[in-house]
Amino acid sequence: MHGLFNRAIQCFLRDTYGADLWRQVAQDAGLGFEDFEAMLRYDPSVTDAVLRAASVRLSRPREAVLEDLGTHLIANPALEPVRRLLRFGGVTFRDFLNSLEDFPDRCRLALPGADVPMLTLREGEDGYLLSCRWSLDGVGHLVVGLLRAMADDYGTLAFLEHMGTAPEGETVSVRLVEVQLFAGRPFELAARV
Amino acid sequence: MRFDFPGEALDLLMPMHLAVSHDGQVLHAGPTLAKLFPEHPEGRRFFDLFAVRRPGGIGTMAALPHGQRLHLGVAGSPVTLRGAAMPMCGGLILNLSFGIGLLEAIRHYGLTDSDFAATDLTMEMLYVVEAKSAVMEELGQLNLRLQGAKSEAEEQALTDTLTGLRNRRGLDAALSGLIAADQPFSLLHMDLDFFKQVNDMYGHATGDEVLRRVARILSEETRRGDTVTRIGGDEFVVVLPGLGECDLPEGIARRIVARMNEPIDVDGRICRISISIGVTSSALYDRPDPEIMLNDADQALYASKHGGRSQVRRVR
Repeated sequence: MHGLFNRAIQCFLRDTYGADLWRQVAQDAGLGFEDFEAMLRYDPSVTDAVLRAASVRLSRPREAVLEDLGTHLIANPALEPVRRLLRFGGVTFRDFLNSLEDFPDRCRLALPGADVPMLTLREGEDGYLLSCRWSLDGVGHLVVGLLRAMADDYGTLAFLEHMGTAPEGETVSVRLVEVQLFAGRPFELAARV
Repeated sequence: MRFDFPGEALDLLMPMHLAVSHDGQVLHAGPTLAKLFPEHPEGRRFFDLFAVRRPGGIGTMAALPHGQRLHLGVAGSPVTLRGAAMPMCGGLILNLSFGIGLLEAIRHYGLTDSDFAATDLTMEMLYVVEAKSAVMEELGQLNLRLQGAKSEAEEQALTDTLTGLRNRRGLDAALSGLIAADQPFSLLHMDLDFFKQVNDMYGHATGDEVLRRVARILSEETRRGDTVTRIGGDEFVVVLPGLGECDLPEGIARRIVARMNEPIDVDGRICRISISIGVTSSALYDRPDPEIMLNDADQALYASKHGGRSQVRRVR
């Protein structure tokens, strides 16, 4: 697993629940250190151990932890670069959804060789169905949280639901209720320096 | 001549195009290109608005090459454009883009996604620029942390990386251990003779190899349990536990001096060095102190240097 994702979990737990909670989770997971390096690689079992420990400490199911993490990645101002990179996917939330299949290629432009989720979008009867496949169990829940926050970011009202696991991966249903409900957060192409 | 071209379609397909009549009047400007000017450029003279930077020497419409790559400066703007011109619909159509100054242009003119053609790779380029900066930032910080960890590790290390002997910190640890355990011991303080000449004559790589050979000889000539250290460039200290009097250590020191008189062959380069040694032993002190003993041994070492090198002197 890429250190970037582990680091994201660490920052999410630390920023949301405090440094003490994170230290306990790191200890429970048997990490032997307290800081993930975003640019190093770790065995996938390490990520699993951290998620398991966090779920126990917080008394929240792993699915909920992942969903909160997805939302945190977009909604936290400290992680503005993540939101910005995703916003380059399109002018509207619908454009953005359609850009998700390019997501792995985009990631690899920045981090060659990174292990990233494969996303496949298809039109369902009542909106979209997004298949997510990754080395992490529960990636669909992460995506639900992330897309919910992105819909907010675009000012779109969307219903998101984890539909379970199919042969092509975990399936997330996306229903757009109101395409432009409110203003959304501003997005300037060139970041202020 | 009637100028008839599909302006609306071109505005969408090529929002940075420019239609110019053959006599140099701007007939139409795509919506994004028009944003570069305080007033709409229609009706203005092409050469009042643009300067052709490359190819050089072009000041008339007739001289403007068709189909060739053009680099244009924009009046009153830091932005430069590139593109090409082709005759079309009874005039000239130029299609332009920002090139490498893209980011600056977006910032300067507050451009958005809808200012660019659907085929334009601007979004991808902006994405890559931001993603790369984020990754570089992370890598930069990682490098700083690794560098910090490395110097910390070096600081805590007891080993001299060049020779594999113990270093000054290793020597201090060995001495304080012996003194704490109240064990008798002797010190040989040594300095190579003529080592600078080896470095000067053959270079540092050879000098480093000589130091490694010296380290090996010192290890061979001492006993298991003795501590051999390199505490400076060509300065070594051997700690001999259990030998509280100077006689036996002096014998060991003489053997070392004899070994060092043999020339050292480094890839065919014959290096002639020798070694000067000062000896002291804990029995000479009521209360042995590492600093004082090392200092005394150093004095004895200098006495052997002044006495003609390649010899052993005891502390008196």
